[in-house]
Amino acid sequence: MSDTIRTDAPPEAAARRTGEFLPKLQLTGDHDLCPGCGEPLAVRTLLEAITDVGMTHQCVGVIGIGCYTALTSNMNVDLIQALHGRAPSLATGAKRMRPDTLFFTLQGDGDMASEGLQEVIHTAARGENVTCILINNGVFGETGGHMTATTVLGQRTKNSIEGRDADYHGYPIDMMAMLAPLGGTAYAARGTVHDAKGVARTRRMVRRAFETQLRGDGFSIVEILTMCPTGWFIPTAEGPGYLDEVLRSVHGTGEWKRDGELLTQAAVPPGDDEDLLA
Amino acid sequence: MTRRLMEGSEAMAEAAIAAGCRFFAGYPMTPFTELLEHFAAKLPDEGGTCVNAESELEAVGMAWGACATGFRAATGSTGQGLSLMQESLSEMTRAELPLVVFNMSRGQSDYFQATRGGGHGDYRHLVLAPIDVTEAIEHVQTAFHLAEKWRNPVLIYGDYLLAHTAEAVEVAPLELDQLPETDWAVDGTRSGTGNPRNVNSIGMIPGIKGIDPETFWKRLQAKHDAIAESEARFESESTEDAEVLVVAFGSMARFARHVVRELRGEGIRVGYFRPVTLWPFPSDALRAAAEGVQRVAVLEQNAGQMIDDVRLSVLGAAPVSAIGGISSDEAGFGVGPLLDVDRIRGRVEAALETGGGER
Ligand SMILES: Cc1ncc(C[n+]2csc(CCOP(=O)(O)OP(=O)(O)O)c2C)c(N)n1
Ligand code: SF4
Ligand SMILES: [Mg+2]
Repeated sequence: MSDTIRTDAPPEAAARRTGEFLPKLQLTGDHDLCPGCGEPLAVRTLLEAITDVGMTHQCVGVIGIGCYTALTSNMNVDLIQALHGRAPSLATGAKRMRPDTLFFTLQGDGDMASEGLQEVIHTAARGENVTCILINNGVFGETGGHMTATTVLGQRTKNSIEGRDADYHGYPIDMMAMLAPLGGTAYAARGTVHDAKGVARTRRMVRRAFETQLRGDGFSIVEILTMCPTGWFIPTAEGPGYLDEVLRSVHGTGEWKRDGELLTQAAVPPGDDEDLLA
Repeated sequence: MTRRLMEGSEAMAEAAIAAGCRFFAGYPMTPFTELLEHFAAKLPDEGGTCVNAESELEAVGMAWGACATGFRAATGSTGQGLSLMQESLSEMTRAELPLVVFNMSRGQSDYFQATRGGGHGDYRHLVLAPIDVTEAIEHVQTAFHLAEKWRNPVLIYGDYLLAHTAEAVEVAPLELDQLPETDWAVDGTRSGTGNPRNVNSIGMIPGIKGIDPETFWKRLQAKHDAIAESEARFESESTEDAEVLVVAFGSMARFARHVVRELRGEGIRVGYFRPVTLWPFPSDALRAAAEGVQRVAVLEQNAGQMIDDVRLSVLGAAPVSAIGGISSDEAGFGVGPLLDVDRIRGRVEAALETGGGER
């Protein structure tokens, strides 16, 4: 069928809604992750943002290991599968060889903050022109809900069954607070997908991160808080509320750094990131 | 081109660049450090990149990323650094990436690491062990060629002597077969086409849910069997009527070959056999060379590692004994008193005296 609308003959079929709601970089909306999981939403948002910045046919993803890895079969994107925690170094080598291609990593909190913390810190400090996407649900979802380096105090996981206790398990890491101040970090923001506003803001954050990379300004990171009702041991419908109350209380959303300038918490207090409303 | 006095490290870096290597990442460690220095100095002028990685873990990861985008890339270290890289090296084998890895080892105690590996799963690396700087120049180019031909990592096994000995050499490009165009790398241009690529280690195919690991791993096994069939290399001398066959690799073979030639010059019936590839190990050739000898004497600078492969090759046709051993300088770099022609000659003569006697 041609793209032009013929006016000299009746239409072949009655008018109907044919809009394609699948992002250009997604092969199918179908997936095998749990109902109520926030990761498919985060990945969709990321893929939309790539098209937003006009890099649909010039992007490569480097994928960590976690539940999101299973989403790669849905992605219409050239990919390199990394080992657990190691995506930032792969992205570094790849981007150095192909500087005109948009490179992103897709990593969970277990992958980036626990197993691969050193990788992301050095990649940020070197100011590599890559964008790291951290999907933070505060657990190793894939292994069945275990404690990670971002699990908040009091959170119950399979290996902190009475809740994370600082004296016994140590404290969670605030990845934004750690990575934003580094000299090589040009853009750092934390978004969420627990509600529609959060999704819209997150898409803008990812877009800004990619624009940072495309300008060659240095390292960019967007952390995205996602629901994991399975790993949180709560009913599916309670996921968004739990994320908002529990995860977001420690891992506040907003921009931490933009154009290489640290934004003070007063400028962008967690939860008051109106600037990011599209 | 003319010959120039170059230490092994510089020659190997130049050979890699001549072979088209455009990416290197590493972390300093003696005696590998100079290799990194030469790549850092030379690659930018060739349009390449050398990254001073923050650890060997990241060095191998960076080289992995560069490889996956279709560029010739390498990394390296000394045994300890290679230990750190094992997870990636085994996984990259299964992702079928043509990485070249340098191990400038401390002595020869990383033979098991090089030929068995410390990574996970069923995997194999080709291993080339040059005897001197001239051969290292060839091996480095061959390594990039074989890595791409088989889509499999290739390791160059060297040591302090190879890395630091200056020899008058010429980095002449090797004549190698033309390889087909790379059709597996990612550059981002297939994104959004509905037919993207996924460089992974478990047979994931875009658009297809789930995986079939068994089929994938069996295909890799078949590939490794084919490599084992076709890529074993060796060097031998004076094996026909030898009473004692001296088996050695890398730098130790340089001593062994010299000693065997010296003894032959005096009419003494000794032979020399050198595995040039440590994997695949040239078992058939060694078995043939050991035919009719009274003793196989294994000269390696470690507690006894290659001797296992020698025994598995000779299969009891002659007694096999070790005439090498651990030998080191005070710093542990593997420059020990064993690296001495007279000492080695003495050990070969002792093996001649024992003959087929003691087992
Ligand atoms: C070296 C290594 N250690 C452990 C694992 C097992 N493992 C697979 S996924 C995973 C956790 C993933 O957590 P995260 O990155 O937060 O992703 P999520 O499943 O929560 O989406 C672990 C520990 C592994 N694959 N590799
Ligand atoms: S375990 Fe959690 S992160 Fe994994 S698919 Fe289920 S909800 Fe999503
Ligand atoms: Mg997680």
